Amino acid sequence: MSLKGFHLVFVTLLTALAFLCATWAFTAGHAIFGVAGVASGVLVIVYGVYFLKKLKNVDFL
Amino acid sequence: MEIPYTTQVRPDTGLYNAKLGIWLFLASEVMLFGGLFSAYVLLRVGSPEGFWPHGWLSVTLGTVNTLILALSAITTLLAWVACKVNDFRQFKLFHGLTLVLALSFLCIKSYEYHDKWIHYEIHLKDGRIADGHLEEQDEKTVTISGRIIPGDQEQLLYDLRAQKSIPRDEIKLDRSNILKMENYGPRHNTFTAIYFTMTGLHALHILGGCVVIGFLWGPGSRMWKTDHARFTNRIEISGLFWHFVDLVWIFLFPVLYLT
Repeated sequence: MSLKGFHLVFVTLLTALAFLCATWAFTAGHAIFGVAGVASGVLVIVYGVYFLKKLKNVDFL
Repeated sequence: MEIPYTTQVRPDTGLYNAKLGIWLFLASEVMLFGGLFSAYVLLRVGSPEGFWPHGWLSVTLGTVNTLILALSAITTLLAWVACKVNDFRQFKLFHGLTLVLALSFLCIKSYEYHDKWIHYEIHLKDGRIADGHLEEQDEKTVTISGRIIPGDQEQLLYDLRAQKSIPRDEIKLDRSNILKMENYGPRHNTFTAIYFTMTGLHALHILGGCVVIGFLWGPGSRMWKTDHARFTNRIEISGLFWHFVDLVWIFLFPVLYLT
């Protein structure tokens, strides 16, 4: 697996972590932290999609 | 004599040698950290009811460190891309940023360690327990910033989640009244032992990564001109290692800070 592939694995797990943190925060009563977690999760997904799209046009990676 | 397969793919493995080497190394690392995570699970399920610490670590600092490592994963990837497109200045920028982020992570971790190191649990001869940060001490007295709880309410020290605001008073204790005094270092209890072991080992990996990244950013970057393809592969290898270290933290953070 190249660094490109490993980066995608990393982004996937980072997304899972963000939503896990959000779940933990809402359960523990930290609403602001929860909202930040959801926002981070969405942001990482957007980055992941952008990264995947970019890869389609970049053949050297 | 030229070393074979430093840039070309070896036909039988489908990889260049360094990549095969790093994946074998990372496989052994998975076993190392996997063993420690298993130890954590077993220690935790085996601890007596109500005596596993909760809320001892700063979620804010842990989150900041998570963001730092996430950003560093992106910068290390961009450094590799810069090598691929032959842009030396961009490579220097992104690899340098990775190094700065790694050192920032270590600074925050050091602060967290220091916070635990100066936090003391002091058992008094009258049965009460004083708990807090050491302010100053001399031959006769010890001053802490914290609280004193009755000896039969020791569980209050373990679960801090429900205690929104823990009172912090300046308490001066006479050494003659102290039965036992111990900081929140690795030997304090099972939690601190596994916490320092796992995060310490992870921090050593970060430190090792800093050395490698620092070398490739500085003196090692001379290879950019002499053997560019091989240098690009070196950056990929360091990036793979760095991503692995980041992945370990993605598991460490929720396990230690959120549970």
